[in-house]
Amino acid sequence: MTRHSISGSVSPRFLLIACSAPAVAFFAAFWLLPAVMLIALPAKEGWKTYFATFTDVLYLQSLLQTVGLSLLVTAATLVIGAIMGIAMARSRFTGRGLLLSLLTLPLSFPGVIIGFFIILVGGRQGVVADMSAALGMERITFAYGFWGLFLGYLYFSLPRAIASYTAAAEAMDAHLEEAARSLGARGWAVARDVWWPQLMPTTMACSAIVFATAIGAFGTAFTLSSKFEVLPISIYNEFTNYANFALAASLSISLGLITWLVLWLARRFAGPNASGV
Amino acid sequence: MWAVTLTVTAFMLAPMLLSILAGVVVNYSQGISSGFTTRWLLEVWTGYGNTVLMSLFIACACVVLALVLGVPCAYALARSRSAWARHFEELLTLPVAIPGLASALALLLAYGSVTYFRQSFAFILVGHVIFTLPFMVRMVGSAFRRQELVALEEAARSLGASFCQRFVGILVPAVLPAIVAACLMVFTLSVGEFNLTWMLHTPLTRTLPVGLADSYASMRLEIGSAYTIIFLIVILPVMWALQAIGHVIEKHYGK
Repeated sequence: MTRHSISGSVSPRFLLIACSAPAVAFFAAFWLLPAVMLIALPAKEGWKTYFATFTDVLYLQSLLQTVGLSLLVTAATLVIGAIMGIAMARSRFTGRGLLLSLLTLPLSFPGVIIGFFIILVGGRQGVVADMSAALGMERITFAYGFWGLFLGYLYFSLPRAIASYTAAAEAMDAHLEEAARSLGARGWAVARDVWWPQLMPTTMACSAIVFATAIGAFGTAFTLSSKFEVLPISIYNEFTNYANFALAASLSISLGLITWLVLWLARRFAGPNASGV
Repeated sequence: MWAVTLTVTAFMLAPMLLSILAGVVVNYSQGISSGFTTRWLLEVWTGYGNTVLMSLFIACACVVLALVLGVPCAYALARSRSAWARHFEELLTLPVAIPGLASALALLLAYGSVTYFRQSFAFILVGHVIFTLPFMVRMVGSAFRRQELVALEEAARSLGASFCQRFVGILVPAVLPAIVAACLMVFTLSVGEFNLTWMLHTPLTRTLPVGLADSYASMRLEIGSAYTIIFLIVILPVMWALQAIGHVIEKHYGK
């Protein structure tokens, strides 16, 4: 936060307004106005449309599947990410930097590439199918069901967790752990009493981002044409296949609200850096 | 613990290696035994080369717009004490929090009927700027907020420097690493953006990720893999530059 005594007099108010005006105008024209129009759209088909996510069985199922998948992905990501983070923070070997940058590279991938990776590994021509055929079993293809989607979501969530936890684990106080071990604590006790409390802020921030990203993810599910339908795909189908703009808008608002709520809660409890921007 | 690390590393790296391999072998079903070729890469370039150029062009335009809009805005938000500034900063990050699909629908609703705009690359560009502006503003804004800079600027002002002189002579040089990092971040985000772009694109304004989705759905595995290789070639240098700059900033200014 800026200190009032110094910064208050540096630039006059009109100058600050002039500096921010272009951005404000751009944002108002291309996001605020469209967002207001989107929020108002379902009303044209009646007030009930706003609750379509909860009243219509198909959409409710899609929502629950999305939330369920995202929760599972978040839990797995946190556990794996924490273990990886602690392992990476405590090791020094040549190529460590390279490994870390390779592990965080998928952050820049669009979801479609990750869907493609899953197809390469678990699709009909995939590596797993070839291996299972070679072992004499029938060809195993998991890419197009729940597990394919789960692994894909795990793939784009892990880099974020690994990056966060490595930084947090490096900042952990070694003295606390040393004290605990010298008093006889081993294994699980150390993890529970020394690591867990120190990693709590990171866990809260990371879980919020991973969860929010997972429920809003579109590209991966789109490439996999998954049998397991998630809400972003439902929205896309409503809009593209049925030209049902109002319903798509209503589902989008529900999805947006949930995402915003999750991130807002994380910021409230974990501090201002939790939303990751 | 090491078992987990090795498994995870294999899980993360194997698909990348596999897809690179698949893009350069003659026949994926036969594997390496069928030999290597650049045929798929050339086919991708003939069929989808324009998407690469479109993506690069939009990403550069996005960086320029984000700079022009974002840097002054970051300065204003960093120096302002009003509640409106805090609210606007919150609002600005909404497009990142809300799924891209929703923002795209909103844009289509508001401007879909303005045909010339709708069918031009500018429609996609606007979406990208909306999505990346918060990153520019946050990253540069936190650099502007550093106490030493505030003191420096106040000193310059008290000695008679005009705003332009302060901006060009002191502020921009001081936050330059943050500006460069933000530019690289915006570029990376723009090149990899799919959720917004898929809804906003037309057959004439396809970007790299949009082309990728198309090739995965309709082309053979080798072509999809070769296309992925091209994406990696575009994105890897930028990611590495981003990490290098990150280290520079960390060394000079602390976390």
